[in-house]
Amino acid sequence: MRDKPVVAIALLAIVVAVAVGYAVGRKSAPASSAVSEPVAAAQKPTAPASATEARPASNQIDAIRRGVPIAEEASPPVMAHVENTDIKRVRAYPMQPPTIPHSIDNYQIDKNSNRCLLCHARANADRFQAPPVSVTHYMDRDEQILATISPRRYFCTQCHVTQTDAKPLVANNFKDIDTVMSEQPVQKAN
Amino acid sequence: MSMTRREFIRNTAVAVAAKVAGIALPASATNVLLEGDITQMKWSKAPCRFCGTGCGVNVAVKDGRVVATHGDVHAEVNRGLNCVKGYFLSKIMYGGDRLTQPLLRKKNGAYAKDGEFTPVSWDEAFDVMTEQFKRVLKEKGPGSIGMFGSGQWTVWEGYAANKLFKGGFRSNNLDPNARHCMASAVMGFMRTFGMDEPMGVYDDIEATDAFVLWGSNMAEMHPILWTRVTDHRLSNPNVKVAVLSTFQHRCFDLADIPIVFKPQTDLVILNYIANHIITTGRVNKDFVNQHTNFKQGVTDIGYGLRPDNPLEQKAKNAKDPGASEPIDFDKFAAFVAPYTLEKTVEMTGVDKGWLEKLAELYADPKTKVMSFWTMGFNQHTRGVWANNMVYNLHLLTGKISTPGNSPFSLTGQPSACGTAREVGTFSHRLPADMVVTNPEHRKRAEEIWKIPQGIIQPKPGFHAVEQNRKLHDGVLNAYWVQVNNNMQAGANLMQETYPGYRDPRNFIVVSDAYPTVTAQAADLILPAAMWVEKEGAYGNAERRTQFWHQLVKAPGDAKSDLWQLMEFSKRFTTDECWPAEILTANPQFKGKTLFDVLFRNGNVDKFPTSQIEAGYDNDESAAFGFYVQKGLFEEYATFGRGHGHDLAPFDAYHQARGLRWPVVDGKETLWRYREGSDPFVKAGAGFEFYGNKDGRAVIWALPYEPPAESPDAEYNMWLVTGRVLEHWHSGSMTMRVPELFRSFPSGVVFMNPDDARSRGFKRGDEVKVVSRRGEMRSRVETRGRNSMPPGVVFVPWFDAGQLINKVTLDATDPISKQTDYKKCAVKVVAV
Repeated sequence: MRDKPVVAIALLAIVVAVAVGYAVGRKSAPASSAVSEPVAAAQKPTAPASATEARPASNQIDAIRRGVPIAEEASPPVMAHVENTDIKRVRAYPMQPPTIPHSIDNYQIDKNSNRCLLCHARANADRFQAPPVSVTHYMDRDEQILATISPRRYFCTQCHVTQTDAKPLVANNFKDIDTVMSEQPVQKAN
Repeated sequence: MSMTRREFIRNTAVAVAAKVAGIALPASATNVLLEGDITQMKWSKAPCRFCGTGCGVNVAVKDGRVVATHGDVHAEVNRGLNCVKGYFLSKIMYGGDRLTQPLLRKKNGAYAKDGEFTPVSWDEAFDVMTEQFKRVLKEKGPGSIGMFGSGQWTVWEGYAANKLFKGGFRSNNLDPNARHCMASAVMGFMRTFGMDEPMGVYDDIEATDAFVLWGSNMAEMHPILWTRVTDHRLSNPNVKVAVLSTFQHRCFDLADIPIVFKPQTDLVILNYIANHIITTGRVNKDFVNQHTNFKQGVTDIGYGLRPDNPLEQKAKNAKDPGASEPIDFDKFAAFVAPYTLEKTVEMTGVDKGWLEKLAELYADPKTKVMSFWTMGFNQHTRGVWANNMVYNLHLLTGKISTPGNSPFSLTGQPSACGTAREVGTFSHRLPADMVVTNPEHRKRAEEIWKIPQGIIQPKPGFHAVEQNRKLHDGVLNAYWVQVNNNMQAGANLMQETYPGYRDPRNFIVVSDAYPTVTAQAADLILPAAMWVEKEGAYGNAERRTQFWHQLVKAPGDAKSDLWQLMEFSKRFTTDECWPAEILTANPQFKGKTLFDVLFRNGNVDKFPTSQIEAGYDNDESAAFGFYVQKGLFEEYATFGRGHGHDLAPFDAYHQARGLRWPVVDGKETLWRYREGSDPFVKAGAGFEFYGNKDGRAVIWALPYEPPAESPDAEYNMWLVTGRVLEHWHSGSMTMRVPELFRSFPSGVVFMNPDDARSRGFKRGDEVKVVSRRGEMRSRVETRGRNSMPPGVVFVPWFDAGQLINKVTLDATDPISKQTDYKKCAVKVVAV
């Protein structure tokens, strides 16, 4: 459920990108300004579509190129902004590392200092009202619990990444276990 | 708020997943009802789809869909950890634009080079493809067909392709994209040890005293190995980490010895350290006398450009760049003597103190040292030399093949070792380190394959870069690309790659799971099954072979590369592909299809489908009627067993979390070439580098030579290309995972803030990166994870929307034929 708006927007982005790409691809010398249209146009959805329908029968099929033929280069999208809302995002499955819901610009994370742990270490988490790092992060390679963060988990950004406001160019039809189960016919009564 | 029964069950599922993952949940969350048949997920093991680290993952399947993945706690490589890409493996197969049916360029109902992609049946796709391949075979012969494969092929896919092209079509024009990433490492191993792949293992990480990164950004490209390095360094304050690069990246966050050197001058540092070891009297003389030889390589070997390039024409030894002559220790010492500390400081721009500290890590006999390298060395016009020269340091000091003493070449692809190298899918190679140029090797391959003598051609085929050039020149005309995105990955796109693909003389087939730019440049696109949609095997960087089962079905009509190769082989007969005189001498092969002679040869079709583990699909075996993967693997394993490449029996790999070859008597080998650890070393030898006939490794005298292109007044900056943590290679999978996309959505030009300011740019400005070959448009990044020295820009290549390989130079190492993606001259200008 929660993913639907995102998926819908992404799907529309593909459809529009592809449609414009198709048009651009057919012109002999497309103006580079034309290629900035898909992103803008994607904000104004008009009709729903599925990913299958979005697949074009044209020559411009790589959605990541936003409809621009290989031999041309388009104006790159405006640099996306890191979302800085501090609102936790739902995980696709329990073991997924949570994405970082705030900016980490200028955070020092090196062998001398770890800015993330200032707030997220278990000892500090309540003071800063930050989610404490999971207990797994206190385990060594042999699953023994350590007094402090495990050195193997020290560099947070290897697993935890920020999210920008960039709109995905291609939808992803992954379904989490909740969705898969909800689509299952009920096999027995409670 | 009332809870529906469905919602209740969903909560239950979370608890189940958490239990399997070993994550403790609060009591309230686990105190829920379980409905076994509804909530059960099936968990199976698989190696990660991405890099050469080869992490183990557990994959959860529910109702035919992958619903979750996590690091496998039983996998020795990663012990439960994944990097951010690995954690999102669940989503890589579900991009909304998966290819589900063949697409052919058609006009007015028929194939046309300038037609539009039109969905067709597999029959029609193969009909047109067969017609085109047969046309070229008939008109021009096997030298004009070719295939570009991959270090992401499963072992049996690469093996089947090798058989089909070298043993069926009689074309050696088969090369993997591993040419772009590992060829210099391979030639480095072959020239020093006579045998490919590292002698050590990842266990060296926990045993060493010092890490030296020579052009390897492990923090982003091999994150899980980096967690092991980090773990060891932070747990042991005496351990040192030296990081060498042409710009500052995330590995520098852990560095005790940070070194940013001028591009290409790593060669100078390597010889300086050798000189330092010698002049300070720290050569391990016993080891050197007993286990090594010395050779001096020829110099002035050119840059692997087109033969008519002025740089090639003036290079003295471009024709035989690998030639050498034997020398002795004294000559070697004299050779490196000019590489003094002062000269090295001057040439590299590195502070004297850091260089001395670095040299001491190797020179000090009490310090165990592990060297890592990846593309900084391998994508280098002197990449083979660099590989040879780092082995020099380990050999001069005897710091090799013992726990913690380990020169370790890392790989970028999940099966660059397992498939590209071990199976020998390079244009000059056969399985188990054998080569097509050696008549004995060809004979052995023909015997194992049960095909007539004389079928395998003795001349190496076109390597990766040469394939693009030959497509461009209309020499190579029927071409099949599987599991790679070379339109995006190949250097000099506008002058070489693109014109060749779109040349009307050529027919290009691309098999992929997604519509990449390579697919877009093709004439026929074949939809491919990926990762756990098929049974597979990968071999990682520490010689670990890992298997997985097919866990889900591929979408629509998508089929695995293995099925595609084998099914296509049915459409050709020996009479169409083999010379009449060979068939006359071997009449039993007359009139047979290539499928019959290559895959129904008594080896490949030896095992019935009943041997497939219960509970797992196997679509290829169902299609062909025998256990395809097992037959191919067992035939392939014949090449290496008893020769130091020993693989375990097929079924063992479905049980184990991978095994490191050679596997002898059921036991894997950790350190090769050392007595007591490697069963192939003779008793009393101590060490034996048995890849070379005399059992000795070679110490190479090789100099610094300048790069193919350097910045000048107009093109005044160095361009370095590479990857970022969140995206894997060309991004065809990771750009379709929303979390990874949104973390790093488009390419940027990492630039020194002063360089930006002096050109009037601020962060986020649109710029053009221009070289003599082409240009691309991007945006300036002066902050973030990389800190660029003046005069150097870094542009990642994952973004299909910003094709940086329009700018790069297709100069290669003349010995390995691997492209140098790390050095060319560009200017960065306002749009």
